[in-house]
Amino acid sequence: MGKLQDKVAVITGGASGIGAATARLFVSEGAKVVLVDLNEEKGKAFESELKALNADALFVKANITSEEEVANIFTQTIEKFGKVDIVFNNAGIGRVHPTHELDYAEWRQTVNVDLDGVFLVAREAIREMLKAGGGAIVNTASMYGWVGSPGSAAYNAAKGGVVNLTRSIALEYAEQNIRVNALCPGFIDTPIIPEESKLALAAATPVKRLGKAEEMAKAVLFLASDDSSYMTGNSLTVDGGYTAQ
Amino acid sequence: MNNRFDGKVVLITGAGSGLGQASALQIAKEGAKLALVDLNAASLEETKAKVLEVAPDAEILLITANVADEKAVENYVNETVAKFGKIDSFFNNAGIEGKQDLTEDFGLDEFQKVVSVNLNGVFYGLKHVLKVMREQGFGSVVNTASVGGIRGVGNQSGYAASKHGVVGLTRNSGIEYGQYGVSIKAIAPGAIMTPMVEGSLKQIDADNWEEVGKQFVEPNPMKRFGKPEEVGYLVAFLLSDQANFINATVIPIDGGQSYKY
Repeated sequence: MGKLQDKVAVITGGASGIGAATARLFVSEGAKVVLVDLNEEKGKAFESELKALNADALFVKANITSEEEVANIFTQTIEKFGKVDIVFNNAGIGRVHPTHELDYAEWRQTVNVDLDGVFLVAREAIREMLKAGGGAIVNTASMYGWVGSPGSAAYNAAKGGVVNLTRSIALEYAEQNIRVNALCPGFIDTPIIPEESKLALAAATPVKRLGKAEEMAKAVLFLASDDSSYMTGNSLTVDGGYTAQ
Repeated sequence: MNNRFDGKVVLITGAGSGLGQASALQIAKEGAKLALVDLNAASLEETKAKVLEVAPDAEILLITANVADEKAVENYVNETVAKFGKIDSFFNNAGIEGKQDLTEDFGLDEFQKVVSVNLNGVFYGLKHVLKVMREQGFGSVVNTASVGGIRGVGNQSGYAASKHGVVGLTRNSGIEYGQYGVSIKAIAPGAIMTPMVEGSLKQIDADNWEEVGKQFVEPNPMKRFGKPEEVGYLVAFLLSDQANFINATVIPIDGGQSYKY
């Protein structure tokens, strides 16, 4: 029996990267997954791929900065699977610009997706989980929710916001059996990191390599499963030791 | 995802009770060979009997040792390697709570006693186990810190100093050994109902310790004590290959308590 047998998990940013790796692992542990993404083509293809493995999967196209579209994710999830046990609140964007050249529009867009979007998904998740009597939410923050870096003011500010949003809603709903934790990845080997930067970033990481999306998925599985039943409010750094330096 | 520890050798100190015993049970269920260390020989036999109930085929080595004695630590490491040939994972867990007192009344003898077990003992364990892990080119370590190692709790100078020290050792050694395929992390348990915590509550009021316990967890966001087996699940995850990229960090398990202050 899998660690998530018959659980229903909503995964935003679920069509690629850490979200997709997590969907694969969740399915292998017995979960039914709702894949949320802006990219309909990738999302539908991934839905078909999981269904071909006999998994229960549903793709829902949504922009997490829209209240209506976020509400629709949960309406469709309840319609199809009847409940929501787990939400992996993972969709995000990041761009690099020196702060003095950062357009206000770009700042607002980054914070809108990375912080407002996480709030909107968490709020809707909590509404469903309060009805159901509990659940687990895992937000994707970043090690840049803990430490700073040049050129990423908007992203880092939003991720720092996610870390303290996680603590705050964890405390608010601990008694209602809703656990809220965050994943804080370090440098992960995904297409977001340019090929020419990979060696230097691996060298800057104490374990001397980049993390893999599959390793992030394993940490998300732990935080989403009953194995972490006494943990809430935690922002788990999975960064090879980078932020301990 | 069962049997994360098939063929693995796991060394656990403070294995006779509490978090060490609970972790031994969880890890044995998943196939590990165990080297169990405690000061109290009778408690080790108790853990062994419990392990064999859940994992009848488990290979178990029992070693009585005082972790505050470096020779004894060197010996438990050597015995483990002699019997099993390697150490995949190390739960560096043995600790004591010390007495409850104001700083001015704490006393140097008591301070040194707590530090000698909780900090020196953890350092000796790292010193001797990490040499083995560096040479073999793999390994995972979990040190037991505490919420008292990341926050001020009060009335426990020795415990606070030693557990904050464990967090520092974890970060320092994690930076050093990551390059050798070894990951090192610390856990920071909060209000877990172990015999040690029961002892602390009894120091406060021996006759009404259960009532004291209820008041103690009232400010906890989950309004309850954690169970040793809940810590066992975390330790099993962190020691397994699932957590190889988690390094040099401290992970609270406290029902959310440390995020309030």
